[in-house]
Amino acid sequence: MKSKLSNAFLAILLFGCFVDFPTVQAQEAQVGKLTGRAEQGKPLYRRYCIGCHGPRGDGTGENAPYIDPKPRNFTQATFKCRSTPTGTLPTDEDLYNSVGRGFDNSNMPSWAPLTDQERINLVAFIKTFSPRWKTDKAGTPINIPNEPPVTVQSIQHGHDLFQKLECWKCHGPEGRGDGPSAATLTDSNDQPIRPYNFAEGSRFKCGGTNQDIYRIFITGVDGTPMPSFADVIQPNDAWDLVHFLRTLQVNREGPERALLKSSGTKLQPIQTSSGGGR
Amino acid sequence: MQLLKSCTATVTALTLAAIVTAAPGGGTVTGKITYTGTPAKPKPIDMAKEPSCAKQYTTPPMTENVVTGPGNTLEYVVVYISAGAPDESSAPSTAVTFDQKGCHYTPHVLAFQVNQELKVTNSDQTSHNIHPLAKVNHEWNKSQPPGTPPISEKYDKPEFISVKCNIHPWMHGWFAVVKTSHYAVSDGSGEFKLPNLPPGKYTLTAWHESYGTQTQEVTIDGNETKSANFVFTAKPY
Repeated sequence: MKSKLSNAFLAILLFGCFVDFPTVQAQEAQVGKLTGRAEQGKPLYRRYCIGCHGPRGDGTGENAPYIDPKPRNFTQATFKCRSTPTGTLPTDEDLYNSVGRGFDNSNMPSWAPLTDQERINLVAFIKTFSPRWKTDKAGTPINIPNEPPVTVQSIQHGHDLFQKLECWKCHGPEGRGDGPSAATLTDSNDQPIRPYNFAEGSRFKCGGTNQDIYRIFITGVDGTPMPSFADVIQPNDAWDLVHFLRTLQVNREGPERALLKSSGTKLQPIQTSSGGGR
Repeated sequence: MQLLKSCTATVTALTLAAIVTAAPGGGTVTGKITYTGTPAKPKPIDMAKEPSCAKQYTTPPMTENVVTGPGNTLEYVVVYISAGAPDESSAPSTAVTFDQKGCHYTPHVLAFQVNQELKVTNSDQTSHNIHPLAKVNHEWNKSQPPGTPPISEKYDKPEFISVKCNIHPWMHGWFAVVKTSHYAVSDGSGEFKLPNLPPGKYTLTAWHESYGTQTQEVTIDGNETKSANFVFTAKPY
């Protein structure tokens, strides 16, 4: 009688050791049919990521003092490139894409040489660095409507929006990253940071397509001075702004610049004196 | 019959007792915040980069990381009950407002409760971006052009959050998000008042953005007023 009871007790204890508890959800990542597991991402992190992002995932790896911008601090769960609104968590796919794409003008390379499965395992492991992944859900991805055709009116209207929304304050009247506020910009860790220079023509932080530009100024680049304009711009207006921004990329002969040139339209220079209300 | 009478008497007595202890008013803690030493002098802010704001001032406005009053008093110190009172996660339904006017945040330090609605307004002719640098709460950053509606947000964790505008780097403010309804911000005379405290043993915390945090114990027995002063050490830089 006694031994049966203690056997049962032991069985329950052992069973408890092997049961997966609900918290394991936070240690998984999902992109389409790909499922990543944190415990499989861990050795990959130690091989590829720890040098910059550090053993605690807080961006204090051995290389960190020598590089600028600083490596991402995963413990805060603030990410630059999201499809989700400012202040919310990115989706697994956002992280998966960031790791694969890398970040131009930074030391974060493209990790495309990893297999898809390795990449998604890494994403799952990165999510274990912040407790926010256990309490919050990822934000709802913004809706990006279909891009309307590029027309001269669209570009002209985008130009007017660039003026009115005061993008030039940081990005400069020609988008060269030399606006009146550019020199004093700091990121959320008080490190100096420059606004994007459209004339330089390098790829945008979060991808190089028109959809990527649309997404950047609607969701904002969290952790940097670039705010979200989601509450102050309509979807059609947003596309007009995208078309205008492309014309600022003087080193990239895209369809927007070609159209502007062939139409013979001359856009008014952006006015930089904010003389009280426009 | 006898039982009913004594029951009624007991109930009445208990109700009376309950009314007495739950009287509005309760105890009060008042105090004055002062400093020793010499604080750094406030510096004038140059708003030449934003003419629409600069022209709103006849003399340049001053930095506000240390604001003093007559008698070596300190303004903008947040005083609140940090222990001894139950946490209050259901916030008042009224919103608090943080305004941007003259490229300046009003009030400089805004104290409010966890889950209470925060409204940010732009009363200027220029765009601002409102960027509270939360580390414990979610960090967000939104553009707010002139003439656009107030931005409504809330925070679900207590934290002292530094607020900045990236476009106008001289703008600095603070959100003091606390999980109690017993809080106050010291005024131009360095004074604060915490009323309506039920009896209990409390820890009072005083926070200043440049001079740090101090605590003090205070006990309330009934409806008395207790005094609790804080003295901070000023830094010359």
